[in-house]
Amino acid sequence: MFGTTLLISLREIRRHLLRSFLTTLGIIIGVAAVITMVTLGRGVTASISEEISSLGSNVFIIFPVTVDQRAPAPFDAADVEAVRNQIAGVTRAAGSVNSSATAFYNGQYWQTGVQGANSDFLTAQSIELVEGRPFTPQEEIAGRNLCLIGPKVREAIFVPGVTPLGEQLRLNSVVCTVIGVLEERGSAGGGGQDPDDVVIMPLKTVQRRFTGSDDIQYFVVKYEAAYDSGLIQASLIDLLRERRLLQPGRDNDFNIIDTAQVNDAVSAATGALTAMVAAIAAISLLVGGIGIMNIMLVSVTERTREIGIRLAIGALAREVQLQFLTEAVVLCCFGGLIGIGFALLLSTGLAGLLDVPFVFDPTINVLSFLFSAVLGILFGYYPARRASKLDPIEALRHE
Amino acid sequence: MSVLPLIELQEITKIFGNGAAAFQALKGIDLTIEAGDFVAVMGPSGSGKSTTMNILGCLDVPTSGVFRFRGVEVQALDRDQRSLLRRRYLGFVFQGFNLLARTTALENVELPLVYRGEKKAVRRAAAMNALDQVGLAPWAGHSPAELSGGQQQRVAIARALVTQPDVLLADEPTGNLDTERSIEIMELLTRLNATGITILMVTHEAEMAAFARTIVHFRDGLVNRIERGVRAAERSIA
Repeated sequence: MFGTTLLISLREIRRHLLRSFLTTLGIIIGVAAVITMVTLGRGVTASISEEISSLGSNVFIIFPVTVDQRAPAPFDAADVEAVRNQIAGVTRAAGSVNSSATAFYNGQYWQTGVQGANSDFLTAQSIELVEGRPFTPQEEIAGRNLCLIGPKVREAIFVPGVTPLGEQLRLNSVVCTVIGVLEERGSAGGGGQDPDDVVIMPLKTVQRRFTGSDDIQYFVVKYEAAYDSGLIQASLIDLLRERRLLQPGRDNDFNIIDTAQVNDAVSAATGALTAMVAAIAAISLLVGGIGIMNIMLVSVTERTREIGIRLAIGALAREVQLQFLTEAVVLCCFGGLIGIGFALLLSTGLAGLLDVPFVFDPTINVLSFLFSAVLGILFGYYPARRASKLDPIEALRHE
Repeated sequence: MSVLPLIELQEITKIFGNGAAAFQALKGIDLTIEAGDFVAVMGPSGSGKSTTMNILGCLDVPTSGVFRFRGVEVQALDRDQRSLLRRRYLGFVFQGFNLLARTTALENVELPLVYRGEKKAVRRAAAMNALDQVGLAPWAGHSPAELSGGQQQRVAIARALVTQPDVLLADEPTGNLDTERSIEIMELLTRLNATGITILMVTHEAEMAAFARTIVHFRDGLVNRIERGVRAAERSIA
């Protein structure tokens, strides 16, 4: 019986193809909107998480900030040294400076970032090499003209397929030897330096040749996972306030970013935003359900005579009810499926447009589909009930 | 063999509405119909013939009185039980044909079997057989809109036949047809009656009623007169 009911419903839907499509449009838009919003939300979260985790885990990033319009004192090697030696749990502390230059090689040139960073820094930030080797401590102390190039720099000015190792690269007026190529870390969508478009040289080399001072712009602190990040952060603040001679009551003129905390905060924020937008989209799904109910009521009125015929030839009330209910549910399920299809197109398209990764989430797809089926039952029930309650004599007389 | 008459109406009344607006459509009908009869119900508008047919078709219940169908007291059955009775024993033919639009003749004829839960192959075969009986097998794939009025009514008759009912109820089956088509339909009903199906037909055309074996005349909610065994005589004259 149920198979036949399903067949009758499908036939009925095919008979009014345009109307059926327009009826389900509400569901289609609702499902597509919910899934697209959630998928994009997941994508944004994933991209931000990736960006943050590219900074390394169990890592603090410390940099000076302006307080009360007073330029803060820069950090120097001694500060980094003090943090490394005086705070329990800290395994690494490494400073870095950033500058920029035009890189020349073999008649090609490329505007890029120049970063001064030692091996310690690379380790703390989990920056890996795909070719070559990192700087040795001797090279770092000596401030040798050696460099590690980012994948974008390699692509821009080096010959594909030929190793750049050992080649002489000129940055403005400084010539350096390429000894390594960085692995791709993915361009972080947001502002800031592209981590793939950079040339890294030993800290001392960049300080001497590019920034012209011993200052350190920021430094990273890596700690053991077993230690409580809050305690380490507190010790860092105490130590740095003391070294920077900050009187009690004055604000910190430096900032400590905890990557784990940032990650949590961003995830929570994008999660809340996604939930809100999805909730708004869910309202359109509800409106779509009401549309289904409306058209099913019209359909029952329009097909009163048909219902009369069915009852006269022996259909039971519950069979008529099942038929109309099935029709509503089938309509909603079709709407759900088409909506999922649209959502797939829309979210891949938008993900490309917004430069956000496309993260397929099966849960939300299945949930939306089930939700639309439930809408079909909810909003199909009343019209179906009405159809089954019709008096066959009255229904047959209906024009 | 048959001790019980197929249909027995005793003191049937039907009142529509209530209070001051109440209208008594049937004022006490007594009628017995034997299996295999061909009954024409005649009478002016408002005489209660349609109300009686609705009760006989188990579509409506009397306000009082007893309606026995094969010995079962129908007035005591609920809606679904009456549906099952219709499904099992009754076939309906209407004045307006009442076929499902945009559905082929074959699918229309199959419909009652769908509710009987028959398998597709069984339905198909039985429906083709019924269409063949009414001479419409070649039109099985056509929709009602593609058929003439007479053909549509024959599809409707095939639909009523397909379940091999005991009784075929026809409410003004020729009301929308010209004389030639009407006579075709009446001849078809006569043939079916000859195979043992009891036929109850409402009509106001004496010419069509003449095909019946028994003619029941209604007037003002009562059975006015019953003519039995009239058909043979009139047919031989014609």
